Amino acid sequence: MKKVIEKPSVDQIWEWLDAVPDPEIPVISLVDLGIIRGVQWQGDTLEVAVTPTYSGCPATAIINLDIETALRDHGLDKIQLKTQISPPWTTDWMSEKGRAKLEDYGIAPPQAAGGPERCPNCQSKNVTRVSQFGSTPCKAHWRCQDCLEPFDYFKCI
Amino acid sequence: MAQDLTADQALFQFLLRMGDNTLILGHRVSEWCGHAPVLEEDIALANTALDLIGQTQMWLGLAAEVQGEEKSADDLAFLRDVWEFRNVLLVEVPNEDFGRTLMRQFLFDAWHSIQLGHLMTSSNARIAAIAAKTSKEVACHLERSADTVVGLGDGTEQSHDYMQAALDYPWPYVGEMFSSDAVDAAMVQAGIAPDPAALRGEYDALITRVLTEATLTLPESSFGHKGGRTGAMHTEHLGHLLTQMQWLQRAYPGASW
Repeated sequence: MKKVIEKPSVDQIWEWLDAVPDPEIPVISLVDLGIIRGVQWQGDTLEVAVTPTYSGCPATAIINLDIETALRDHGLDKIQLKTQISPPWTTDWMSEKGRAKLEDYGIAPPQAAGGPERCPNCQSKNVTRVSQFGSTPCKAHWRCQDCLEPFDYFKCI
Repeated sequence: MAQDLTADQALFQFLLRMGDNTLILGHRVSEWCGHAPVLEEDIALANTALDLIGQTQMWLGLAAEVQGEEKSADDLAFLRDVWEFRNVLLVEVPNEDFGRTLMRQFLFDAWHSIQLGHLMTSSNARIAAIAAKTSKEVACHLERSADTVVGLGDGTEQSHDYMQAALDYPWPYVGEMFSSDAVDAAMVQAGIAPDPAALRGEYDALITRVLTEATLTLPESSFGHKGGRTGAMHTEHLGHLLTQMQWLQRAYPGASW
């Protein structure tokens, strides 16, 4: 562990947090997911506001632990995590970078229309919903009618 | 008790009602885990249960703060006995078959979505925030339970008969969601929550639309079981449910990890 002599800038901390992967979908970062709602210094304590995706998402506890571990690895020791539920998380907060990475990974990114724009594997627009619920609370289960592959769609909420 | 409730006591009761509904239904739905007719439905039921239990943490967490006895949401969930629960009877009735489970879910989701819609403008900012967060999840639950009720109701002759029976059985438990008492009057007066009775019109319009599409007939009986949300009398099913849900804390008090 490095010892920090001066307080790192808020921008620097955002950069560090952007390197912390989502525990369920490790190709995107917590910042890409839009769940880090604020980073600020209160005296010599760093406050990080985190918003849950879904109320019962089991990854929430792991996410908080991962944030704390990453910041400690960068030499910070006074860290306070705050859960902020208002305004509620929306997929509109997902970064463009995150959306592109999701699709590369085989998960169709959220669309305002309520369904995937295309199959993340073959790009066909001929897709159909199997179930509103998928492998994690934030995803639905879809299938491509052309390449016949099932895929996850990140629900738009 | 009702006449002498302080504002905090009434608020505590209201929050228990919200949190106990989601807790008990969440537990009931979780009983399907690994047993649903197909994998997709198993996943959907488990996800719904997970959402409801997550929502419970917020409602009972706030209830514990209002109660002011340094308790946690877990304490309220695991260390109370039957008579202290304030959920409506509808959510504690056994799952029985898949049709009954989904019909109960639909009848609850419809009320839940309407209730949360009103709570988003609550004078209590914490309640408004929980409602804004959870209503997004509940919209998804309602979409799925309504679709399934229509799919099975307007399906084969056999599935239709199952769904009609699934509607007839819990129907006497629906009315309790709209009964009002002194706790509700206190909530209305403080601008915290709507009068349950005032939601009935909106509810009837919603379920009539879906049940008509599902080719199902609304039972005519207006008889209603009640006693859950006031705690006066639960069904015999709640005690059995609690012996499962609270088993660990009863066998090993204070256990944690």
